[in-house]
Amino acid sequence: MLSEQAVQKLEQTARELRVDILKMLHQSQSGHTGGSLSAIDIMTVLFFQQMKHDASRPDWAERDRFVLSKGHAAPALYACLARAGYFPKEDLATLRQLGSHLQGHPDMRKTPGVEVCTGSLGQGLSQAVGLAMANKVAGRDTRVYALLGDGELQEGQIWEATMSAAHYGLSNLCIVVDCNGLQIDGFTEDVMNVGPVAAKFAAFNMHVIEADGHDVASLGQAFAAAEVSDRPTVIVAKTVKGKGVSIFENKAKYHGVAPSDEELQVALQVLGA
Amino acid sequence: MIATRDAYGQALLELGRQNPKIVALDADLSGSTKTAQFGKEFPERFFNAGIAEANMVGMAAGMAAGGLIPFASTFAVFAAGRAFEQIRQSLAYPRMNVKVVATHGGITVGEDGGSHQSIEDLAIMRSLPNMTVLCPADGPETAAAIRAAAAFDGPVYIRLGRGKVPVVFPQDCAFEIGRGVTLREGKDVTFIGTGLMTAMALEAAQALADKGIEARVLHMGSIKPLDTELVLNAARETGAIVTAEEHSVIGGLGGAVCEALAEGCPVPVERVGMRDVFGQSGPAGKLLEHYGLTADKLVESAERVLTRKIR
Repeated sequence: MLSEQAVQKLEQTARELRVDILKMLHQSQSGHTGGSLSAIDIMTVLFFQQMKHDASRPDWAERDRFVLSKGHAAPALYACLARAGYFPKEDLATLRQLGSHLQGHPDMRKTPGVEVCTGSLGQGLSQAVGLAMANKVAGRDTRVYALLGDGELQEGQIWEATMSAAHYGLSNLCIVVDCNGLQIDGFTEDVMNVGPVAAKFAAFNMHVIEADGHDVASLGQAFAAAEVSDRPTVIVAKTVKGKGVSIFENKAKYHGVAPSDEELQVALQVLGA
Repeated sequence: MIATRDAYGQALLELGRQNPKIVALDADLSGSTKTAQFGKEFPERFFNAGIAEANMVGMAAGMAAGGLIPFASTFAVFAAGRAFEQIRQSLAYPRMNVKVVATHGGITVGEDGGSHQSIEDLAIMRSLPNMTVLCPADGPETAAAIRAAAAFDGPVYIRLGRGKVPVVFPQDCAFEIGRGVTLREGKDVTFIGTGLMTAMALEAAQALADKGIEARVLHMGSIKPLDTELVLNAARETGAIVTAEEHSVIGGLGGAVCEALAEGCPVPVERVGMRDVFGQSGPAGKLLEHYGLTADKLVESAERVLTRKIR
């Protein structure tokens, strides 16, 4: 259980990271607003509470690994990495610009702290499964976390990877599904219904936990339960696309659109920045 | 005579004994791709992905990110086809240290037919930045190529065959990525072969010698990087080229050689290979004959290209 103080600190961190994300997207006038905001509470708990990692040693063999399979939420990842000290916060302003180390989707060869290249949906989970296998082969007591979108579950490769995670008993793997219910073309249930998500993963013999993806205490509990499971865990996290600023919330439009000048001003006010 | 896939299985096993970082993945074809022996000796370092090639490649990428050296095997048609995008995004783009060993390349897969014969994999793989593409001629060269790939830091695609092929190279031959080999000197025309077609090129050169034509024979076990210098020297010195591959004439060895020649030393070329057609079921030898992948056809092509020689 997280202490009340820890919860408050994480919530404050998530608020600040939302500001970083929106400023970064506004600056580049390109990138994914909705999915970055829906994922940021989950990533805040991972990077600043749950995971064992050290920005001064990005290659530390004993670190936990984070794979952003929904790679378009790269701004959320970059905000976390900058705050954790992997690179200077000023770099965030170069997002998606020519020559920047902050590519439109995560690139392990360019950005310190990025573990694998992702962005083509469905591929990150297979890589996370491979990382978890490598940790077992090498006898490392470390964990692998993979963050997926619910729209991403439409890719068949996700289920191939899930099948392998269960088959190889990868108890060191924890999948989080950021279930915000929206994708580019509209509501996920209208485009291609992926539900029932929890039941599907359970049918693949995964340990399934349902959580509120914006409640850091609920997430903290879920991660703790995943750690002691003897099976790979899937945390099905209910989220709101664009969470934190009502003008962006639950709107498919903000899947891949950056905030305008006016929208940024509103957002900064709401977030108390 | 030994099948290149058999040489692979043996080489992988030996590498596994030497280096604990070597792991093998397969997609339910370990008996055919010859990774099964590795799996038997090192069960903790062998991962069957089941019939899911895309996921196999992704898992291999993750294992490489975790510091291992994965060899992922399946048939060429599935590796370069089904898992193309995974190879692009998860291996080539990040320069992952994964070796894709694609067996059953070309039409000598035989009876399984056109659906299982890969005639485009070299072209597909060659178009990817960061990707190294190898196509050894025989058993000894395959073993050397597998060792070279393991020692190389980056993604490598190695194309092997199903059937037994004649031995061209000595047991202890070396393999250098990016280097071709001159197997026979000649001043009139040059054969450039890859895979099993190199043995046919040697045969064709012998037949031409009986007619008083001196054919040079080059083997390109490394399709990418291509040994451009060796190709251009052959063009300058012999003035005519015949390429030979068990692959489409579009985009593979013939394509690569023509690109190099067009930029460096344009000379007449004949490309022997699959002429933009899919294969069909049949015994391997008969298929090679049917599609003109024979020493006789190479002789004819050489004679034809000589009539076009500018001198």
